[in-house]
Amino acid sequence: MSTNGKSPLIEVRDLEKHFPLKQGIILQRQVGAVRAVDGISFDVLEGETLGLVGESGCGKSTTARLVTRLLEPTDGTIVYKGEDIAHSSRAELKPLRRDMQMIFQDPYSSLNPRKTVGSIIGEPFIIHRLEKDEGARKKRVQELMDLVGLNPEHYNRFPHEFSGGQRQRIGVARAIALKPKLVVADEPVSALDVSIQAQIINLLSQLQRELGLTIIFIAHDLSVVRHVCDRVAVMYLGKIVEMADADQLFDHPRHPYTGALLSAVPVPDPRLAREKHRQVLGGDVPSPTNPPPACRFHTRCPKAQDGKCNVDEPFLEVKEGGNLAACHFPLTDEEIAARVPTAAA
Amino acid sequence: MALLEVNDLKVHFRTDDGIVKAVDGVSYTVESGQALGIVGESGSGKSVSSLTVMGLTRFAGNAIIEGSIVFDGKDLLAASDEDMRTLRGNDIAMIFQDPLSSLHPFYKIGDQLVEAIQAHRDVSKAQALDRSVEMLGLVGIPEPRRRIDSYPHEFSGGMRQRVMIAMALINDPKLLIADEPTTALDVTVQAQILDLIQRLQKELDTAIVMITHDLGVVAEVTDDIGVMYAGRIVEYADKEAIFAAPEHPYTWGLLKSIPRLDSPRGEELVPIPGRPPSLILKPSGCAFHPRCPYVREAHTKIDPQLAPAADVGNGGGHRHEVACLLPGQTRRALWAALRTGQVPDQVLENVDVPETAIDREAVGEVLAPAGTEVADGVVAAEPVATEPAPPAVTDGLSQDAGPDAPRR
Repeated sequence: MSTNGKSPLIEVRDLEKHFPLKQGIILQRQVGAVRAVDGISFDVLEGETLGLVGESGCGKSTTARLVTRLLEPTDGTIVYKGEDIAHSSRAELKPLRRDMQMIFQDPYSSLNPRKTVGSIIGEPFIIHRLEKDEGARKKRVQELMDLVGLNPEHYNRFPHEFSGGQRQRIGVARAIALKPKLVVADEPVSALDVSIQAQIINLLSQLQRELGLTIIFIAHDLSVVRHVCDRVAVMYLGKIVEMADADQLFDHPRHPYTGALLSAVPVPDPRLAREKHRQVLGGDVPSPTNPPPACRFHTRCPKAQDGKCNVDEPFLEVKEGGNLAACHFPLTDEEIAARVPTAAA
Repeated sequence: MALLEVNDLKVHFRTDDGIVKAVDGVSYTVESGQALGIVGESGSGKSVSSLTVMGLTRFAGNAIIEGSIVFDGKDLLAASDEDMRTLRGNDIAMIFQDPLSSLHPFYKIGDQLVEAIQAHRDVSKAQALDRSVEMLGLVGIPEPRRRIDSYPHEFSGGMRQRVMIAMALINDPKLLIADEPTTALDVTVQAQILDLIQRLQKELDTAIVMITHDLGVVAEVTDDIGVMYAGRIVEYADKEAIFAAPEHPYTWGLLKSIPRLDSPRGEELVPIPGRPPSLILKPSGCAFHPRCPYVREAHTKIDPQLAPAADVGNGGGHRHEVACLLPGQTRRALWAALRTGQVPDQVLENVDVPETAIDREAVGEVLAPAGTEVADGVVAAEPVATEPAPPAVTDGLSQDAGPDAPRR
């Protein structure tokens, strides 16, 4: 993992979040736990875009909510500015909220329909008692609207008067209002039409350049992640199974799960599509209440070997090419070329 | 003769705000065993056209349906409701996007499958159950004999979509319409479902109409592709031509605006400016002109029709049609420049886009200058004649081109 001399903004170590499963009506007792996030460690470097990918239910959104402390972790540490914020109280967290903001997936349900765009984007200033003068606040909000490509004259309109792409711009303006250091974007473009997606992706990278933002970008669309992110972490059942620079990860995936994900992406090129041997993973993701022992991927892995993968848990280690992967039998270059035609290029 | 022939289909809906021209003159044919992809954004009319083939829009009291749909020699628009009921789910079947809301939550999936069979075939419940188990096995549900007594909520999303496919194929339909069948699913499950659809198509020789916004999905599954915009097919060709030599500026826009795993990582995405038009007040002339970087004055007045594109190097008798007023030579020069990675502004510096002569008679009457140049090269259409002009548009991104945007 190359750090390019950048210092980490956030250091996450052995982070865990178990949601208890309860049974009984009055006397509830815990019968198990959903291990949504189960011991992950990573750094978020200043100014980078870190991608989190994986199938639904792999814990990527939970990870984002833990890092922004919208959820309290069961175990582990989150170090921000030299301080562990994993169990900070609400009052201690309030100043941190200015530094960490979120952009949500659904631009329809994440904006209050009864408020004007002006008051939605101006709300952070009120909450943090920053711009008390109404005139000055309006000016700030209009600057923000201009910055994200909205017409400042639409200050008094309501969310329903905007299209999906424009609503997502409103969400972006609200997120960057307080000049945060970290923006967590949870599937920010997956609810948008294809021609609009590119507008929002370009907006995010432009803002990152101008404002020096650090972004955690969560998405299930691997082509979008490849385009946007500097580094990518692949999650499976609450664990990080592979982490590498985007170029390295997409050209030389080492973990069989990453290979399977890349192989599954339909390629908009009939010639490549014909040549490729789509590797189809059988079955579904196992339940996170009772994950498979040792390597969690061994039940679906084409390279799994009995007596090793179901007994011995692999840990994240540096593999050929510099990827961090948790696998006993990482993919070789020939295997990658056969499965992922786009990787060879 | 083709299995399905849709000819100049128009589906309009009367609403309080005006007539919504959801489908406005669409023609296509599908042969047995062939797969057609219909690509477009939301609101392009791709779903409404196939719902009409299924006879599902006829019950909307405000629908005006014109044109013809001939399936297997029968005129579906003239068919009685009773005839449509025997056809639907039997000869023509459909898979919907959301498998959770398309299955009834109160009934076991076995009962729902049995009902689908007994609605069309005179068989006993035991026979129908056997057939259901067989179909569930075919679509890859483990232990079908046991799972047939499960309720929909006991299945995962991918498994539910498999049940939907089993239900759609249970009466051996000749035509399967799949409306965004994988959009709600993870990539790995999407790969499973696409594999399944392709395998079943080969084994059962079913014709498929695949409706999607995902160009990757159509590239992998279909033979021919129709690109829809504002209720019309603006380009139609076999998939090789659509991806190698597309001729419509909207198709170029789609291809250039999606990030791809096989393009250089640093390449900037070129979004299509603006947003899809209102289907009530469609832009005059070419419906795409407010978002088209290569627009000329004539394009705002003349409505282009689908016409054969002169394909170079596309061997032998394939249909390739495009509805665009740019001369074929110009289109090929533009695409040649675009595919090297240039953005439309750069392309325009090097390629000369000629003005099209306006045939005054064909346009009808001489119109007031339609189209106001604005900041980022987007042209806002004025409503044709009559109504007063809307206020000057200052921000091409934040305002819809057309008179339906300003509400104050």
